[in-house]
Parts: sequence; C-alpha cells; structure tokens
Amino acid sequence: MKAKFLIPLVLFVVLVIFLAIGLNRDPHEVPSPLINKLAPSFDIPQLAEPNKTFSPASMQGQVWVLNVWASWCVACREEHPVLVELAKSQMAPIIGLDYKDKREEALAMLSRQGNPYVLSAFDADGRVGINYGVYGVPETYVIDKAGVIRFKHIGPITSDLLNQKIYPLLSELKKS
Amino acid sequence: MKKALLITLCIFNLGVFAKDAVPLADDLLTEQRLISISEEMRCLVCQNESLAGSRSDLANDLRREIRTLIKEGKSDDQIRNFMVERYGDFVLYRPPVKPITWLLWIGPFVILMIGIAGLFVYLRRRNSNVTNVTLSADDNKRLDALLENEKKEGKASS
Repeated sequence: MKAKFLIPLVLFVVLVIFLAIGLNRDPHEVPSPLINKLAPSFDIPQLAEPNKTFSPASMQGQVWVLNVWASWCVACREEHPVLVELAKSQMAPIIGLDYKDKREEALAMLSRQGNPYVLSAFDADGRVGINYGVYGVPETYVIDKAGVIRFKHIGPITSDLLNQKIYPLLSELKKS
Repeated sequence: MKKALLITLCIFNLGVFAKDAVPLADDLLTEQRLISISEEMRCLVCQNESLAGSRSDLANDLRREIRTLIKEGKSDDQIRNFMVERYGDFVLYRPPVKPITWLLWIGPFVILMIGIAGLFVYLRRRNSNVTNVTLSADDNKRLDALLENEKKEGKASS
C-alpha cells in the first residue's frame, strides 16, 4: 500500500534526472558522420604561399591534426596557445584550414600570436569546410596514417582535452 | 525650395540604406526546389531555424551548394544524402527510420500503449472492488418505505 504513494515520487525523480542530463549536454556537439571515414580530399592554395597548394594526400603515412580556424573567430584566438603547445610537443604536425578568411588578416594573426601550423590551406569560399562538415570554427580533426578521420572536436581545444584525449590518441595511432 | 531639397535628400538617402540582394538562382524552378529541400533541414549554427530561413553565413553557403547540386541535375535524395554525409542525420528535421531511431519513432506509441494497459487494469480492478449485495425481502420493504416517504415530503414542500 505504501509503495503506491512512492510511484509519483519515483516518476518525478526519473523526470528530473532526464532533464538534468538534457541540460548538461551541449546541443552544438553533433556527432560527426565523418568519424572513421576517409578524410575528404581537396587541393587548394596555401595561406602563406598562394601559388602552392595543399592536399591531404600529401600527408599519407603520417598521423596529423587538421585545425579549422579563422582570424575573425574569437574562440580560435582563445584556442591558439593550446595549439602552440601541441606544436611544441611535436606529437603530430598540425595543418591549418583557414576558413573563409582574409589573407592579410590571417597572416597578421599568425605573426601576432605565433604559428603552430606546418602550413595552412586557404579555404576562401568555405567549400572544403562544407565537405568536412564544419559548422562552428574552430574544429579539430585527428587523421591517421591511412587518411581516416579518427577524432573530431568542435569548439576550442583545451589543455585538458589535449592531455586526456588527444595525446593518448596520437601516440596510439602512431604505434599502429 | 525647402521642399525640393528635402525630397532630393530623401531620394539620395535610399541608396544609403539599400543592401545587396540575397543571391538567387536564375530560374524560379531551382529556387522552389531549393526551398522545398532546405525547409526540411536544420541550420547547424542556429539550430532552431531551418536552412531555408536562416541568415547565417553557413546557411548561405549551404544554400549555394544545394543550388549548384540542383543545377548539376541531382535528385532531392542525392542532395539530402550530400548533407547527411557531412552533417549527419541531425540536419534532417524528419529523421530516417533505422535501428538507432526506432525508440524515437515508436517510443511515444509504446508509452501510449503502456498508458492504455494501465488504465485497463485500473478499471478492471475498480469494477471487481464493487461488491454485489442481494437485498433480503425485509430490506426491500424498508427501502420502498423510505422512498415513499421521500416522495411525500417532496410533494408537501413544493
């Protein structure tokens, strides 16, 4: 008999738990369908040297990081020191994808804040970004030796993420 | 004189407020197909807006991309696949029916069924709680007398 009175309470607690989980999830973190798929190919001019191009095919056999950034993006500025840290660790080469940016402004930002990128590809009209499913800059991809995307992060990467997720993943991928 | 000046000022001002037109496809048919496809898609930047209605930069780019695909003669399904390959099922306002979305599609009906079953059980239990008592002849007489009294009193008072 007593158990009957507890039913509404239990239902209420379950509801609260569901709502709490829902509130703590970031709706902008959409699972990418590109994970474990081949990184889309492209061949576009580089940022610093517009007469040279970059294509992901040239990274075959290496574990590398693709970071989508832009000088107009505030979160990218916030993320920049972390990328410099990652570059210093020499765990993997970082390739930048300068997304819908102005060349002078992008170069100015790199000379002001330091350049963690081996090179940056210049995606003027955002087409490459669309092929990579980019919808919020910055975004970061870890791509393995076979050219498969193994990890994607939307939003600025933090030191914690670097230590807990990206470093272990990089060393694991480099071994294989 | 003053009036003329005011009018010319107004006319010249119009140019200041004018903005570039939103790029449209040349033919109406492409535009209609674009709208019918993108209305069913979520803008990823402002997630409560459809791709057709959003003014975000990315939405503009994606509409441009869809326009090109339409001009290339791609079917609606091919265009939808193009978007899903890049952004996942999340872009579709109508998620496809597949094992991972079964709960989403049939969940409400399951809950409805549970509710109906619960109601059924409750009603049956309530019915069986009402005990049938057969009245003895004595009881019946007393009951008749009471009803008779009631009637008389009712008439007297009215």
